[in-house]
Amino acid sequence: MQSIIEEVTQDQLKPDREKFKVGDGVRVHTRVREGDKERIQVFAGIVIARKGSGIHETFTVRRISYGEGVERVFPVHSPNIEKVEVDRESVTMRARMYYLRDRIGKKATKVKEKRLLETAGA
Amino acid sequence: MSFTLIGTKIGMTQIYDGENRLVPVTVVQAGPCPVVQVKNGESDGYNAVQIGFKEQKEHRVNKPQIGHFKKAGVAPHHQLREFRVNEGEGEFNVGDVLDVSKFEEGQKVDVIGTTKGRGFQGVMKRWNFGGGPASHGSMTHRRGGSYGMCQWPGEVMKGKKMPGHMGNKNRTTQNLVVAKVIAEKNLILIKGSVHGSKGGTVYIRTAKKTRKAK
Repeated sequence: MQSIIEEVTQDQLKPDREKFKVGDGVRVHTRVREGDKERIQVFAGIVIARKGSGIHETFTVRRISYGEGVERVFPVHSPNIEKVEVDRESVTMRARMYYLRDRIGKKATKVKEKRLLETAGA
Repeated sequence: MSFTLIGTKIGMTQIYDGENRLVPVTVVQAGPCPVVQVKNGESDGYNAVQIGFKEQKEHRVNKPQIGHFKKAGVAPHHQLREFRVNEGEGEFNVGDVLDVSKFEEGQKVDVIGTTKGRGFQGVMKRWNFGGGPASHGSMTHRRGGSYGMCQWPGEVMKGKKMPGHMGNKNRTTQNLVVAKVIAEKNLILIKGSVHGSKGGTVYIRTAKKTRKAK
């Protein structure tokens, strides 16, 4: 019966949304509707969690805005998301980066970047 | 035209609707249901249509029923159910097949089925009573309070809400909205929840008490 449920939502899934992972710095382009106008709003930050599976899957983006931590949860396969750009890839030791919540100042957005690691190794 | 389909509740999920809103839906696999018998006022005393659901091997069906299906020229089915129709309403012929394609998106339906059995339950769960205070020396925690008056009337009123068996009853949820129909897979997605357990049998009927559009 579970397979039938998955089939029902199959056509609504967006395979390109699989590309980013926890720890990545992303820019989420969301469609915002104001009256009958539509514009794109960008929310940039670090992906600190991906939860759920299939159509239920969500991801949490954390950013520091004017010294205040802000988190937004997006459904991964939402059609209201225009695209998710990956600014920087990173290497994490955790599936959920909730420890960033307890950090202040510079450390709050610090994650190991993949690019740096690769150059250091070579 | 009103009609009923027999189906199986598959479970719940979410889909995005035309305006990109995430809608919770219940997936029901309904039909195809062949018409096995059409009853009319002359021969049966009332107007009704009998439909079958889920094809069944012949040796699993008893002989009188096999005869009944053979008369209609329909393969034996696991379930049979009747729904009443008004005289002259809709054209149903024996052998016709009803399926989900008869429903359309946005249409309102009633769903009939058996609720989940919850066993013997107290008044707080069964009737949403408040119960008593949890502490401060209170000794009534989940009791139903007073069950009646005094020497008069000298008995508990009929229908007093008390602990007892909860659920496992036939119930109808009215005016649910059809979110999507997937005809090739015999699936119908109904907005919101549908009572009963997964795998349970539900009957989907065109809504009886829908308000007419102004």
